Amino acid sequence: MLATLIIVFRELIEAGLVIGIVLTATRGVAHRGRWVGYGILGGILGACIVAVFADSIAGMMDGAGQESFNALVLAVAVVMLTWHNVWMARDGRHIAQEMKLLGEDVSQGRRSLMALAVVIGISVLREGAEIVLFLYGIALSSGNSAVAMIFGGIFGLTLGVATSALMYFGLLRLPTRHLFAVTSGLIALLAAGMASQAVLFLQQGGIVTIFSQTIWDISGILPEDSLVGKTLHTLIGYTDRPSGMQVAVYVATLGMIFSLMKLFGHPSSPSQPNRKSGTPVVTILP
Amino acid sequence: MKNLKKLICLTGFLAAIIAMPAFAADPPIYEITIKDHRFEPSEIKIAANKPAILLVKNLDAEAEEFESMDLKVEKIIAGKSEGKIRLRALKPGRYKFEGEFNAKTAQGILIAE
Repeated sequence: MLATLIIVFRELIEAGLVIGIVLTATRGVAHRGRWVGYGILGGILGACIVAVFADSIAGMMDGAGQESFNALVLAVAVVMLTWHNVWMARDGRHIAQEMKLLGEDVSQGRRSLMALAVVIGISVLREGAEIVLFLYGIALSSGNSAVAMIFGGIFGLTLGVATSALMYFGLLRLPTRHLFAVTSGLIALLAAGMASQAVLFLQQGGIVTIFSQTIWDISGILPEDSLVGKTLHTLIGYTDRPSGMQVAVYVATLGMIFSLMKLFGHPSSPSQPNRKSGTPVVTILP
Repeated sequence: MKNLKKLICLTGFLAAIIAMPAFAADPPIYEITIKDHRFEPSEIKIAANKPAILLVKNLDAEAEEFESMDLKVEKIIAGKSEGKIRLRALKPGRYKFEGEFNAKTAQGILIAE
C-alpha cells in the first residue's frame, strides 16, 4: 500500500505543480475550469493509451522510441507555453482584465486556454502513464491485495491534490499587479526546464550526442532527489548535474521566449500607464 | 553575398559537428537483467570518462522503470522486454540506480573506474 501511495503521490505532484501554475496564470479568465478539466481528462485518457502501447512505442526508432516520444511531447508543451506567454505579452493582459470586469468570453482568451490545456494534458499524460504501468504491474503480480492498492492510490491522490492546492493558493496570495510578471516568469522557466529535460531524453536515446558531458556537479549542495530539489526540478527544471547541451538549451529557450515577448509585446496599451506595461517580465529576473 | 557565403560556411561547419559523433565508434554495452524485481548483477563496473550503453533486460512479466538520479536516466522497460540506455561519460565514482516500481528490492549500484 505504501509503495502505491508514494508512487501516485510523487507522479501526481509533478503534474499538480504544472496545473497550479496554469491556474494562476489564467486567474479570472472565463471558462478556464472547463479547459483545465479537458486537459486533465485528455491527459488521463492519453496516459492509458501510452501505457497500453508502451512496448511498441519503446521499440520504435531503433529502441529510442520512448525517449523520442518523451522529447516530442515536451517540445510541444514548450511551444504551447511560449505561445501563451507571447500572446499574454501582446494583448492578453488587457483582455484578461476586461474579462474579469465583464465576465465575458473572448475567443482570443479561449485559444490561449486551449494551448495551456494541451500543456496540462501532456503533464498528466507523462506522469499518468507511469502510474498506470505501475498499478498494472502490481495488479499483475500476486501477493498484493486490490484493497491495499486502491487505498494506497486514494491516499496518494488526496495528498498529491492537497499539496498542489497549497502551492496554488500560495501563488494566489501574490498581489494582482505582480501576478502577470510572476506567472510569465514561471511559465518561461517551466518551458525552459521542459526543453532541458527533452534534451536529456534525446541524449539517453543517443539522438543527441554532442555536449553530453556533465558541466557542473552541485549535488553536494542541493541534491536533485531532495524535496526542494525535486520541486525545483518540476518548476524550473533544476538539475544538480546538467549536461552542456541542457544548459545551452535552457538558456536558449529562456532567451527565445523573452525576445518573442518583447518583439510582439505592445510597449504601451491605452488602459495602462507606460511604466507598467513595458516589459514587466524582465523585472523578475535577477 | 559575403554574408551568404559566411552563412553557408557556418551551416556546413555546424552540420559537420553535429554529424561527427554518428561516425564515432559505438560505446561499449553493459548488460543488466531484472528478475523477480531484482537487478542481476546489482553491482556493475564500467569504464570511467567515456560514454557507455546499459542494456536492461526485464525478465519479469511486469513493467519496471529503470531510474537513477545519479546517472540522470529514467526509462520504462516493459515486461518481458529490454531497453538500451545511453550514459554520458562518467567521472570515477559510485552511482546508485533503482527500479522505481519495486524500489524495495530493485536496487543497484554502478561503479565507474
